[in-house]
Amino acid sequence: MRARLLALVVLLLLAGCSSGSGPGDGPVTLRFQSLAWQEESVTAVRELVAQWNATHADVKVEYVQGGWDSVHDQLLTSFEGGEAPDIIHDASDDLADFAYGGYLADLTDLLPAGLKSDIPRRSWETTTFGGRVYGVPFLQEPRVLVANATWLRRSGVRIPTPGHPWSWPEFRQITRRLSGDGKYGVAWPLKEPVSATLNLSLSAGGRLFHRDADGDVTVRFEAGDAVVPRTVHDQIGADRSASPTTLGSGGSDILPGFFGGRYAMVPLGFSYRQQIVQQAPEGFRWHVLPAPAGADGPAQGVSPQTLSVAADSRHKKAAVAFLAFLLRPENMVRLALGDWMLPTGTQALADPALHTAKDDWAVGTALAAYLRPAPAQSVRGYPEWKDKVATPAFQEYYSGAIGLDELRERLEKDGNLVLARYQR
Amino acid sequence: MRTRPAARVAQYTALLAYLVFLLLPFLWLLSVAFKPPRELGSLHPTWIPKDPTLANFRQAFDEQPLLHAAFTSLLAASSAAVIAVALATPMAYVMARRRTRLARAASGWVVVSQAFPFVLVIIPLFLVLKKLRLIDSVPGLVTVYVVWSLPFALWMLVGHVRTVPVELEEAAAIDGAGRLRTLVSVTAPLLAPGIVATALFAFVTAWNEFFFALVLLKTPEKQTLPVVLTHFIGAEGAADLGPLAAAAFLATLPSLAVFALIQRRITGGRLAGAVKS
Repeated sequence: MRARLLALVVLLLLAGCSSGSGPGDGPVTLRFQSLAWQEESVTAVRELVAQWNATHADVKVEYVQGGWDSVHDQLLTSFEGGEAPDIIHDASDDLADFAYGGYLADLTDLLPAGLKSDIPRRSWETTTFGGRVYGVPFLQEPRVLVANATWLRRSGVRIPTPGHPWSWPEFRQITRRLSGDGKYGVAWPLKEPVSATLNLSLSAGGRLFHRDADGDVTVRFEAGDAVVPRTVHDQIGADRSASPTTLGSGGSDILPGFFGGRYAMVPLGFSYRQQIVQQAPEGFRWHVLPAPAGADGPAQGVSPQTLSVAADSRHKKAAVAFLAFLLRPENMVRLALGDWMLPTGTQALADPALHTAKDDWAVGTALAAYLRPAPAQSVRGYPEWKDKVATPAFQEYYSGAIGLDELRERLEKDGNLVLARYQR
Repeated sequence: MRTRPAARVAQYTALLAYLVFLLLPFLWLLSVAFKPPRELGSLHPTWIPKDPTLANFRQAFDEQPLLHAAFTSLLAASSAAVIAVALATPMAYVMARRRTRLARAASGWVVVSQAFPFVLVIIPLFLVLKKLRLIDSVPGLVTVYVVWSLPFALWMLVGHVRTVPVELEEAAAIDGAGRLRTLVSVTAPLLAPGIVATALFAFVTAWNEFFFALVLLKTPEKQTLPVVLTHFIGAEGAADLGPLAAAAFLATLPSLAVFALIQRRITGGRLAGAVKS
């Protein structure tokens, strides 16, 4: 009993010490949680916030640094507790549950017309749920092949361009040609196999998630969905042209092998160029090549980075005004350069800084027109489907533990059971 | 009984292997912290950086408020350790000395309370703290750390109290010492190693804790070191490895320092021969 009383006293004492913060009469203060993490992008965002604060005495923006690794759990708790930041940086594939849960503000009528028209419709689709816009997509990146330029030139293979990429069968053939003597034509970093597979499968017509007239989603693994997984599987198992040891690796993990001449090509996000520029040994020459194309051309799915406003924010208009400032074309270019990604805005994308041959910016920019909303976009229950069903199924398939039929059965049968729970 | 030479060699080999196992990650962290980016991308990494640099430390300090975060972590962890031990010691004494139903129930609570994962309690906890206006405050975080480490601290200390023979307290009473005098002069000194070990456990738990700090502290100036470290990690596991290693290396130093300072208090054998068995 005494211990309990003591605990209570301590709690009350601590409560007394805590700093309460209530609304004041001064300027509006908006909390902006940014997930920028690379040195250049953090600097760019901080400078833009400072620029805003210097010119807007009535609306102050407080920069809060968040982390990609934990953003979902942190936001969920903050939303539940009514303590979420006013302006939220996230990715479009993380928004569906927050949007349907009523945690994000509907921006449909709040966004300025200029911003709306500057970003293409296909990008808006990534943040539109139930006909309402819950975020502004602003940065995106295609998955590309980063290639050892010397190795490719010496082998004499055709170098693909955004206008004339390799087909999937051609890619398989070329990786076979580049392999041998313990070296591999490609190393797939498939620590996160689901998004990579699904997004690239769009090129071969894969959709996987099929929505019926009632809006319910069903998983169907069809011929177009099998092209990319089968290519990767055969490269690893039958051709031995893809390293089997990188299946559990992330993008950063395979770079030493790439620089060391073990792999001719590595499929990575476009922003990995920053790490390559930093870490590549002196004299190492590399190129960015477009990912292989299928029946639907070089299309691929993306989940852009987004900026949203919390539904609980008391200053939604001010928050949207800040968004509009942050995403002005010239600012979007700064953010894109800082993150080594592509802006979604058409004016920003046309900026000459993003069309240079240096670090192959021009290759990525040329691919922007082929980027589509990721297939998983807006599918409720996707995170659970991905973690519990798809990730282990793809990992087992790629490692050769199961065949294509079992992969199909698990994605469809087990997967639909998971999705059904979210659609009752 | 003398240990045979072969057994001794085996013991030392096992000890050495264990030490290497414990030290390797730390040494790797140290090595990476001083490597320039090009060496990080090498296919044949070396333990000793070929071209050591302090650039990672500079970048880490430039990008993130490491010192401020370290101070907040230190404040939260040491407060949590002191309060947890201050609460757990008398509770443990009562639970160990009085075998009542309440003491048994409390022991059961200790075990059960360890079964709840963070994610299960975080939202209700958040709401409770919000009502108490303890969100976004270091005292709020300290409260959580105290509550979180209290059961295990209690469990540890009960074990330590039980190792102090009650006969010693009885002897002190026969010599005329009152209850308080006995506790202060006889029991407390014998419990010191246990108290120190428990405080160390509570400190390290709070120092390393990430999720509560992430969720409960909103203001950037109040973020703790583990939260700030994640700012060097990007989407899909991409990481700014050099500055991350530099910051993580610095983050391990206070724990090591605290351990080095108080480990000599964790000694055994004080009770040897105290009572005739």
